[in-house]
Amino acid sequence: MSTATTTHGHEDHGPTGIRRWLTTTNHKDIGTMYLVFSLLMFFVGGAMAMVIRAELFQPGLQLVDPGFFNQMTTMHALVMIFGAVMPAFVGLANWMVPLMVGAPDMALPRLNNWSFWILPFAFTLLLSTLFLPGGAPAGGWTMYPPLVLQTGNAFPFLIFSVHLMGISSIMGAINIIVTIMNMRAPGMTLLKMPLFVWTWLITAYLLILVMPVLAGAVTMLLTDKYFGTSFFLAAGGGDPVMFQHIFWFFGHPEVYIMILPAFGIISEIIPTFSRKPLFGYSSMVYATASIAFLSFIVWAHHMFTVGMPLAGQLFFMFATMLIAVPTGVKVFNWVATMWKGAMTFETPMLFALAFVFLFTIGGFSGLMLAIVPADVQYHDSYFVVAHFHYVLVPGAVFAIMAGVYYWLPKWTGYMYDEKMGKLHFWISAISVNLTFFPMHFVGLAGMPRRIPDYATQFADFNMIASVGAFVFGVSQLLFAWNIYKCARGGKKATAQVWEGAQGLEWTVPSPAPHHTFDTPPVVK
Amino acid sequence: MSLIKIWEFGQMSIFFGTFRRASLALGLLLPGAAMADWELNMPKGVTGISAEVYDLHMLIFLVCVVIAVVVFGAMIYSIFAHRKSLGVQPAKFSHSTKAEIIWTIIPIGILVAMAVPAADTLIRMEDTRNSDLTVKVTGYQWKWHYDYIDEGFGFFSTLDRQSDLARQVGSGIDPSTVDNYLLEVDNPLVVPVGAKVRLLMTANDVIHSWWVPELGGKKDAIPGYVNEFWFQAEEPGIYRGQCAELCGRDHGFMPVVVRVVPEAEYADFIAANAPPKAEVVPASLSAPASEAVIAVPAAAPAPVEWSMDVAMGEGEGLYNAHCGACHQPNGQGLAAAGFPAIAGSAVATGDIAAHIDIGVHGRPGTAMAAFGPQLSDEELAAIITYQRNAWGNGTGDLVTPADIAAAR
Repeated sequence: MSTATTTHGHEDHGPTGIRRWLTTTNHKDIGTMYLVFSLLMFFVGGAMAMVIRAELFQPGLQLVDPGFFNQMTTMHALVMIFGAVMPAFVGLANWMVPLMVGAPDMALPRLNNWSFWILPFAFTLLLSTLFLPGGAPAGGWTMYPPLVLQTGNAFPFLIFSVHLMGISSIMGAINIIVTIMNMRAPGMTLLKMPLFVWTWLITAYLLILVMPVLAGAVTMLLTDKYFGTSFFLAAGGGDPVMFQHIFWFFGHPEVYIMILPAFGIISEIIPTFSRKPLFGYSSMVYATASIAFLSFIVWAHHMFTVGMPLAGQLFFMFATMLIAVPTGVKVFNWVATMWKGAMTFETPMLFALAFVFLFTIGGFSGLMLAIVPADVQYHDSYFVVAHFHYVLVPGAVFAIMAGVYYWLPKWTGYMYDEKMGKLHFWISAISVNLTFFPMHFVGLAGMPRRIPDYATQFADFNMIASVGAFVFGVSQLLFAWNIYKCARGGKKATAQVWEGAQGLEWTVPSPAPHHTFDTPPVVK
Repeated sequence: MSLIKIWEFGQMSIFFGTFRRASLALGLLLPGAAMADWELNMPKGVTGISAEVYDLHMLIFLVCVVIAVVVFGAMIYSIFAHRKSLGVQPAKFSHSTKAEIIWTIIPIGILVAMAVPAADTLIRMEDTRNSDLTVKVTGYQWKWHYDYIDEGFGFFSTLDRQSDLARQVGSGIDPSTVDNYLLEVDNPLVVPVGAKVRLLMTANDVIHSWWVPELGGKKDAIPGYVNEFWFQAEEPGIYRGQCAELCGRDHGFMPVVVRVVPEAEYADFIAANAPPKAEVVPASLSAPASEAVIAVPAAAPAPVEWSMDVAMGEGEGLYNAHCGACHQPNGQGLAAAGFPAIAGSAVATGDIAAHIDIGVHGRPGTAMAAFGPQLSDEELAAIITYQRNAWGNGTGDLVTPADIAAAR
């Protein structure tokens, strides 16, 4: 295992400066680019959320036109999902999967470069629509026809940027699968892989299965708009509901694409800081696989109000409720991992613990949403907004932050500022609840989602949510500042970094050298 | 079941009661936010189904609270008791088949127990048979059309004028001074109390969703589909809701208002609006909604001489209701959102026939709807006349209802 390079085996003689980053095939460089890109998009999408919350601060329209408001909600979702959360996970996979399985790099390095460099173009295309006459897409990230077909000049930009994001994701997923399947160190059987690797393997399969479905759906939108087809237009014999079925066949697995790697990160961090092995490793793997399987047979729970046959509604209700079982297993396993451990509470652990609490709250509201009779009240209300933000912000985003704090010393060779990390955590954890918890109440009381203005009885909770959102938004500057500081210097990190950390990534020095595991380590 | 319910509601009312008091205290700390009520929960509603839905909601909520207390309790205990700073040594165990089987089986049992009453209610919700009254509901960008198909009349229901003025960007009108801000319409849906009302939902342009929380739910109105939804309101009153499916720029401004009235009042409403019986030929039941459009309240329209004054007078109000959202009351449009100006535009100052054609048939592929099926000849003639003469357009053209009829 000491074969890890303490001195560089062979130096990198590639170009320097910007050309280094344009032409790099190194998994660490590409991982860094993904993560930096994701952080940038997190702030772009966050700025849009600030516009939304500023307009919703009080009833009446003070700041923006309703059309622009719809552009903000649409773009906020697209940027956060495809620009912030997904690239962050791919970045973490790029950095950590080869290190965790003892591989020298990703299996397909040039493809890796390409799949990253597509993204800046995709998002330049998408964000440029804000400056077009008619503005950005405003039909919601779900792109339901016929509404989305009313999009003006932005429409082809939207479709092509979604295509580019899809190509990038599919290539990234292929790369991850090939790496995991072929490049594990000798002795590392599938059931010895770290959980982050397992969850990413399953996620990558989900990506390959569903991104082409999305590509097909948006291509049909494109031909409906410009080439006279009527896939989704009732007047031409098409079916607007069919789009929703196709979209959510992509969309529900997509939800798990954004949460399974988070499960993996949490399953790495909790054992480390509990100083105790992960409880129920194999049931964690099976639970992840079950969730992935179930994700393909529950899509229509996003559409309980479109007028499905009774039998369909019953099937999708029961299938959806079933997801609670493997998800519950995961939560119980995390708690059992902590049980009788010897815990310490560094920033990654704090974010991981908040993840378990708050993701579980999002899981509860998810279970409530599965109950069809109640869902016809919840559907398209702020209750749903509260639900998916709980699983995505203190869920996926907190897990990414936990992962960044956890591995940052390995990447930079320096410890981040622990005090600032804790401050970032506490402000984020409090403000995220202030933002999203009141949304449950206004949703139950009857406030629909995606509205720029609301009746006066919803005013107080909206004001609280807006205040929370501003605090949450500003506190993320601490995160960016801490990363920047850590990249520049600080207390030297050891190779082990964390007392209780296990796994191959901790056997290489900090910072991890440009090339690692040129000779594969042997796993016993 | 009933015992569980009694216990559960007792618990919940204590929980929410406490919360409400705490929130009110918090409310005092927020200046300028002194809105009357902190609505926290789903309304129980006024139909049998809405009450069942509320019960299901509270039951599943309670189940979640109980599980949360157990799981979070264990976690919080662990966080305090099993920390390194107390000098504990970590245990070594990494699995327990028994525990894992238990916490797989118990959730399955809870889910089955939840699924049974949920399925039971769902089956009853879907039973639209034996209705007393059928109203066809059509969603438009951004208003509703209610069609009393048995009685042969219908009308549009749009955001009321007061809310519409107050909700303009920078209107300077404080929404709290407007009664039922954004939840008021010019013409509400009127139904009799105690009747099983079946709604046939469809849409003219994009997907909308008709939602009144007090009536127990929502249903999407989808172009090319006819969805069914029913309710049976037990108490007279005015129940308010909104469009729930994103439908474009003014999605937030197409409320639903339902007036549930005693039988006698409903009979008066029908008598005042239904066309004289002799004129109702059976065929009209299946005729397009547009042919049955009558303004409400429908004072029998005395034939008026069509003149510039009449057209301009009617045109302004109609323009503001049907066109103003996009093209703006001042005719300037919203260039940033892709809605062209009418003031000084080539269309409104150019060829009349082309102008009428756009008004009647719309511009396919854009948000410009075809108003031919929505509005009467008189209404369209008034609007187009207004557009051609207001805001300095001054063409002097008077469009007549006959012009519109010819262009249809």
